[in-house]
Amino acid sequence: MTAKSGADILLNSLIEQGVDTIFGYPGGAVLPIYDALFKHPKIKHILVRHEAGAAHAAEGYARSTGKPGVVLVTSGPGATNAVTGIADAFMDSIPLVIITGQVPSTLIGSDAFQEADTVGITRHCTKHNYLVKDPDDLANVMKEAFYLATNGRPGPVLVDIPKDVQVADGANCDSSKNQKMRCDIPFEADFNDITKAMELLANAKAPILYTGGGIINSGPHASKALQELAQLSNAPVTSTLMGLGSLPAEDDKWLGMLGMHGTYEANMAMNQCDVMLCLGARFDDRVTGRLDAFSPNSYKIHVDIDRSSINKTVRVDLPIVADVGKAIDQMIKIWKSRKFTAANLDDWWARIKGWRAVECLNYPANKDEIMPQYAIERLYEATKDKSPIITTEVGQHQMWAAQHFHFQEPNKWLTSGGLGTMGYGMPAAIGAQIGNPDALVIDIAGEASIQMNIQELGTASQYRLPIKIFILNNQWMGMVRQWQELTFKSRYSESYSDSLPDFVALAKAYGWEGIVIDHPDNLDEGIAQMLDYDGPVIVDCRVTQSANCFPMIPSGAAHTEMLLDNSTVSGEMDDEAKALV
Amino acid sequence: MYIHKEKSERHVLTLTVDNEAGTLARIAGMFTARGYNIDSLTVADVTEDRSTSRITIVTNGPPATIEQIIAQCERLVPVHKVTDLTEEGPHVERELALVKVTGTGDNRIEAIRLADIYRARVIDATTKSFIFEITGSPEKIDTFLTLMREVGFVEVGRTGVAALMRGHMPS
Repeated sequence: MTAKSGADILLNSLIEQGVDTIFGYPGGAVLPIYDALFKHPKIKHILVRHEAGAAHAAEGYARSTGKPGVVLVTSGPGATNAVTGIADAFMDSIPLVIITGQVPSTLIGSDAFQEADTVGITRHCTKHNYLVKDPDDLANVMKEAFYLATNGRPGPVLVDIPKDVQVADGANCDSSKNQKMRCDIPFEADFNDITKAMELLANAKAPILYTGGGIINSGPHASKALQELAQLSNAPVTSTLMGLGSLPAEDDKWLGMLGMHGTYEANMAMNQCDVMLCLGARFDDRVTGRLDAFSPNSYKIHVDIDRSSINKTVRVDLPIVADVGKAIDQMIKIWKSRKFTAANLDDWWARIKGWRAVECLNYPANKDEIMPQYAIERLYEATKDKSPIITTEVGQHQMWAAQHFHFQEPNKWLTSGGLGTMGYGMPAAIGAQIGNPDALVIDIAGEASIQMNIQELGTASQYRLPIKIFILNNQWMGMVRQWQELTFKSRYSESYSDSLPDFVALAKAYGWEGIVIDHPDNLDEGIAQMLDYDGPVIVDCRVTQSANCFPMIPSGAAHTEMLLDNSTVSGEMDDEAKALV
Repeated sequence: MYIHKEKSERHVLTLTVDNEAGTLARIAGMFTARGYNIDSLTVADVTEDRSTSRITIVTNGPPATIEQIIAQCERLVPVHKVTDLTEEGPHVERELALVKVTGTGDNRIEAIRLADIYRARVIDATTKSFIFEITGSPEKIDTFLTLMREVGFVEVGRTGVAALMRGHMPS
């Protein structure tokens, strides 16, 4: 076999893995790879404006297509800029392969120009990372990197390649030999455990299915299977922020999202259930509220692909380590073969009906100013037939979108859940649009978050991506302000969005369309205008400043202690609550 | 407010890991990042081809934390196996220490007498000093050091614990 340069071996590996799109930004330490890319027209490179944008765009691409996202950035600042996106993908279990250039191996450790200890910095925000010191190792490393990123619990894997390794020739271009593939993938779940789980579910008087992002990660089939399990067991279904879309929101078993800004019925049902079947969720603090008051009387079954998720925060009675999609298939099979039938759940559903009657997502009507919840509702009505992909930034608008935009399919809802990264939405929308050229992609944003990666407007212009950014502009870092109102007696320390840009002028400057909506009467028309425009649009939707996001379980409170509106807010909390996230 | 602390247990873990650059940093860093404790850590390669290392970690924490530590270790790609010897049952632990003691007259005589009782060997001597080599359980070494502090203790180098399961089965 003829020798090839490290850069060529790398690109061959990418092609072998079926990669056709890379998100990246060139720089000194990756020039040999970019030169090789020049000769490989098969791989489309999306040039972002900042490396954080590359990582988030790759996340958006991965989440909306189910394929791993690939990032290519240079050493030093290139790598450190990408770290936020890498950490974000780690928290939300998104498969990414990040290739970073590094200074030549002879200069490593010498504080060379644009040198940073990339593997050191990313060690705890990647599933695994590599520093490749020999071009002969590259083919194997790349193969393992993709395997690790996509198998087991998905996550980001980083490969750091010194510049001399990119240039030097390697003889081993074959990745098929000596492959270790170190990733423990759980086998089928234990038959007896699944049977026991189904017996419990069938005999439960008040069961609930608590689902999460694992269902989405397991593939579209898992969502279908979940629907069937819900039908068979007649159990109500709630989901974390990450799992929205796995059960269609129009399904009568759907209780809405649970947790801090979840629905009253979902949280009350979690609190009162007798059997909880957790499918691909991880009992996050945003979901559980105060731990000692979390679902105190239930038998808890936890299915997770990652053993470390089990008993991490909540002790469970029956842990099952498995791919959640396969586990649900097994459950359905056993349910049918053992001819289980659901117990009579009329009483349980009657109680749920009572909780639903609270209509916790209601908000005060306003004729003069746009209520942000109303804006989301109208956006949903205008777009629901187009099966849109929705991305968000982080804050109040994100929670309103989760509450008032309803998802019927998986992979349509891309939001930064675990890390809570402001600035996620626009680059994620770019990645989603690249992966789904014909889809309607909308970033529901806040005026503060959108400015965190505003430079990516240029990327969308360059690739003629018709993404829509719908800014709920209330001139505040709304969630920060809301917490200050709840916890710190409305001392608004640095939460006002001062000196905002003219978003319409900004849009025009980048060749986008810009629309202002500032009155409820113009809302539908403005949304229609946005949808009709054949190209990228920023909508500056001026919403009422005072609205807060409810319902809400304040820090340190139990599911039963939800705040339903502003009138129940006391304004100050004790130190214990102040110290909680 | 005060910060709540739970009661800790001491556990001895052994890890079978790939002997490659960064593995130790990955494990030690994971302990730091997640707020776990390391009381001692030893590492050396243990196979002929030098491909595999065995790490012995002595840690402490409440039972739920120990369970998490094991799961988080297993989650690391180069870690193949984690065994909690404390949980598995009877096992032996040994540690080696080198102890430097100076003194003349009675102190010097007492030091060598105590060393004999504790089966510590002299591996370096001058007219004013000894270096003792002592092997045993960490408690035995602790006790020996307490005694040496009274007779001219200067410094100590300890290896940390190496441990194996009792009986014929591998741990």
